[in-house]
Amino acid sequence: MSHHIVEVKNLRHTYPDGTVALKDISFRITHGESVGIIGANGAGKSTLLLHLNGYLTPTSGTIRIGDFPLTKGTLPEIRRTVGMVFQDPDDQLFMPTVFEDVAFGPLNLGFTAGDAEQCVMAALARVDATHLKDKPPYHLSGGEKKRVAIATVLSMSPDILVMDEPTNGLDPFARRQLMGLMREFQHTRIITSHDLDMVVELCSRVIVLKDGEVRADGLSRDIFGDHELLAECRLEKPLSMQGCPVCSGRVPVFTPDDSDHHHHHDHPHDHHHSHHHKH
Amino acid sequence: MEGERLKPLPCSVKRLMLSIDGAILDFKQLDLLANGDSSLHRLDPRAKVLATLIFIISVVSFGKYELSALLSFFIFPAVLIGIANLPAGFILRKAILVLPFAFVVGLFNPVLDRAPLVTVGTMVISGGIVSWIAIMAKAMLTVTAALILVAITGFPAICRALEQMGTPQAFVIQLMFLYRYIFVLTEEAGRTSRARQLRACGKKGLGIASYGSMIGHLLLRTWQRAERVHMAMIARGFDGEFHTRQLARFGMAEAVFLIGWGVLFVTFRLYNLPQLLGGLITGILS
Repeated sequence: MSHHIVEVKNLRHTYPDGTVALKDISFRITHGESVGIIGANGAGKSTLLLHLNGYLTPTSGTIRIGDFPLTKGTLPEIRRTVGMVFQDPDDQLFMPTVFEDVAFGPLNLGFTAGDAEQCVMAALARVDATHLKDKPPYHLSGGEKKRVAIATVLSMSPDILVMDEPTNGLDPFARRQLMGLMREFQHTRIITSHDLDMVVELCSRVIVLKDGEVRADGLSRDIFGDHELLAECRLEKPLSMQGCPVCSGRVPVFTPDDSDHHHHHDHPHDHHHSHHHKH
Repeated sequence: MEGERLKPLPCSVKRLMLSIDGAILDFKQLDLLANGDSSLHRLDPRAKVLATLIFIISVVSFGKYELSALLSFFIFPAVLIGIANLPAGFILRKAILVLPFAFVVGLFNPVLDRAPLVTVGTMVISGGIVSWIAIMAKAMLTVTAALILVAITGFPAICRALEQMGTPQAFVIQLMFLYRYIFVLTEEAGRTSRARQLRACGKKGLGIASYGSMIGHLLLRTWQRAERVHMAMIARGFDGEFHTRQLARFGMAEAVFLIGWGVLFVTFRLYNLPQLLGGLITGILS
């Protein structure tokens, strides 16, 4: 199944105003991989993503999606193969109702009304949003918008899913829900985010960008274990890997003044602070 | 010091925030009404659009002194509100919002047109007053009909109906996008104006200059958003052709609705029913 492969070679992009956004990017992502692309603001993440479905054309270098090099002629096929979920769902949901929005892609691909409806319902079921199908996008909550935005892409049955900051602006519950969803996808997944905890949970591999170049590319647990590398790239260890916040001294243990009050905190292990020994 | 900082917001600030947020809410509420499930909601949008169109044309085509004939037309909004179970008060309040404009449009009619037209007892009513009231009645009728059309059909469905009836797609898409992003834009404008007001420290006059740059920023942001929306459309295979689902189901119910109201409006237009009725009653009495 070579059509799930994303290969970027010596990609360079200079914006018309002369800004060099990408200097020299090369990587190869194979079938079914889940890859996080991380880096500081302005490291080139968004510019890189916009190349993957041909919205921007490389100043130099090549991109191959599956069996096709990215050229003008292969663009329609590549845009079907690469499903792009944008950061702001308000940009992605532009049709009057959820149903029509999810049907937009399939109808553009030339599906008949009946086939399109099947795709739409399957995609909506996949993200648990069947009940929203007749709603206009501005009546949806943030989490619902995000899930529908993913459905608009799933309905085109892409092989590769590219997501820009998927958990941005979601409440903890909606974020968990979305992560559960993303874990189930069999697609090749490329995710950019500053939500490093999400990246470490969902991506086995991480590519670190710095100033338009690939600074590191490897297993998530290796990269997130490398303090110097992370600091250099204005990143940090995901909170879930930083150990207990009380033991490491980042969060002070709350010690009440009146000693007859029993303080319980829900840490499974014991913190040896003075008030424990008083009793 | 503390008291100084916690001074309550001046009225003008609150009013502005309320008016912008309120406008969005009203919009959304009207939109939500379209989710209803009455026999009127289920009709094909084209029948409703056409019936409303005939209604509006009949109403505005009346001469400026023909006030009594207009009265029969109030039956249309009344019946629709009743059948579709719409909140009459809400619709009326929205319609009354435009009344001041009609009021001002006809304001000078009574002054300019003093020729006596009707005599009620000893009171002489000039043509100007009759035409002034007729303008306001027409405004109320047409605006109420338009609001009801949106409330029982929904804006997107109206757009689709227009397209099915031959409106060029470019216009229809413009309308649809306008309606989709007006919510996003008003929210953005609301946030910006709130941020400005909160830093204006209750002063009114930050000058027209601050509004200038505010509107400029909004325009730029809208521009950027348009670019991102276009990007999202291209990413999903948009090639300039807009494919929409066509749900044509113009059946018996639609025909009855359209022909029934159409005939009624034309009749109302051609025969002054209140006058005939009045003549009939006085005829019987004498």
